[in-house]
Amino acid sequence: MPLETLGWQGLVILVIFGVSLLIATYCTYAERVIAAFLQDRVGPDRAGPWGLAQPLADAVKLFTKEEFFPSGANKALFIFGPCLAMITALMSSAVIPFGSFLKFGDTVVHLQGIEINVGMLYVFGIVSLGVYGIMIGGWASNNKFSLLGAIRAASQNISYELAMGLALIAVLMMSGSLSLRDITLQQSVPGEWHFWNVVKQPLGFLIFIVCAFAETNRTPFDLPECETELVGGYHTEYSSMKMGLYLFAEYINVFVASAVMSVIYFGGFNFPFQYELQGWLHTAQGLSLDAAQNIVAILGVVSVFAKIFAFIFFFMWVRWTLPRFRYDQLMRLGWTILIPLAIFNILLTGGLITTGIIPEIKSWWLLS
Amino acid sequence: MQSLSNRAKKLEKKPMTLAERAYLPAIFQGLTITMRHFYRAATKKQVTIRYPEETRPFSPVFRGLHVLKRDEQGRERCTACGLCAVACPAEAITMVAGERKKGEQNLYREEKYAVSYEINMLRCIFCGLCEEACPKAAVYLQADKMAPPRYERDEFIYGKDRLVEPVSPDNRSKRGIQLTSEQADKLRGQATPA
Repeated sequence: MPLETLGWQGLVILVIFGVSLLIATYCTYAERVIAAFLQDRVGPDRAGPWGLAQPLADAVKLFTKEEFFPSGANKALFIFGPCLAMITALMSSAVIPFGSFLKFGDTVVHLQGIEINVGMLYVFGIVSLGVYGIMIGGWASNNKFSLLGAIRAASQNISYELAMGLALIAVLMMSGSLSLRDITLQQSVPGEWHFWNVVKQPLGFLIFIVCAFAETNRTPFDLPECETELVGGYHTEYSSMKMGLYLFAEYINVFVASAVMSVIYFGGFNFPFQYELQGWLHTAQGLSLDAAQNIVAILGVVSVFAKIFAFIFFFMWVRWTLPRFRYDQLMRLGWTILIPLAIFNILLTGGLITTGIIPEIKSWWLLS
Repeated sequence: MQSLSNRAKKLEKKPMTLAERAYLPAIFQGLTITMRHFYRAATKKQVTIRYPEETRPFSPVFRGLHVLKRDEQGRERCTACGLCAVACPAEAITMVAGERKKGEQNLYREEKYAVSYEINMLRCIFCGLCEEACPKAAVYLQADKMAPPRYERDEFIYGKDRLVEPVSPDNRSKRGIQLTSEQADKLRGQATPA
């Protein structure tokens, strides 16, 4: 990779980093406003117009609060826990393609942090590392409730990661590639009537979204921080910005889960009639090929973020609608329903591929 | 045991159907309900009153902060007869009567007037009996003002400085005998030296 391209990619990674932090910040605000609206209230509206400066006020509050260490806590691990949660949450967005590419003369900028051919495995690896942040924090607190919350988080993540992975295998059987960019591009072929993966994998998508809720510890699966039983769960002993980092990590995880679902099941940066639009811009409007490509790429970024925001809204909508599962219900759902369903989905997909109803996708851009 | 009214509903504990066990129909039902609330909150007028900016309108018969009225020439109506203090069940009103001196005819309506007139708002129960007792239409409880909270007990004893309404016809209280427009114009002509 030439040095100049490397610089561009570094810039893209920085932008993605900033955008994930910004989205997580405003998720706290959105969560409160959406919760309020769903409950016929008005939500925060004092700080700035429509309360838009509320996240800033919250940050100031969190930073200025007392930094508290419980006696008997392992101090190093106590600090390391929230840091790890934050790091892993931020790392996973690096491989997600947020757009196709921009072209300025000879320079091609891919709107993706890094393109690796095992992108999906990378996301899975990092996401499963995320539970260590919770585990370490809960264990280092020297508190029974924290430890119970951490154990719940760990067992819940392990159980649901299985079903999640099995749901994805069905997608992989169709795509034949682990690269998130390949999976995105396969969901849209120029000049052909092509559907997003959610149409071909409705059952898989359903399993995946349920597992995504469990993986991000969101209601109805937020047992690790179940207030009624565990005081505050794994972050009982946390205060000030260490607490803030845990909350932030949760929202970044929601963002990443939304992004992964948009990319794998909802066509990522593709949007209907994009190639027609590009051709029209080039021929009818007389734009150069590069300019037409850049416009379509930017619209693609808009489209992927629209999908992500829709998913984030869905996460919050569900949170303020459903009550929490009981722990045995959670485990029964994971092991006796979702995993068999996911295996059935794999068999079904395999059957449909061998009978030719779902064609195995040829990577058209590699052939051409 | 026999139930008293025979209206108790018989509950049958049936095993859950497949649709019920699948959770999803119930979840979508719940989601539509919350979305209906979201739509209502986002599009129609919200029920919340954002207090410092918006206030709830008082009832027209609300009995709030007292006012001592002035007449059409800007003179105080109160003659310090003490009937309000007698009528007051909470003994919140005290006053000191005085005799009008020469040259004070433009200040006090009658020959006797209240040198001091104090209402203790912590004692007052806002019953309005003082208003009913007053023979001179001098004391009224306003429908649009309340005695605000304060830090010190002393500050709740309202003297004439805070009770007597202003001379200017534009800032008069809405309760009691109102000025006609001619009277108001005349008063304005006096207030601004030509």
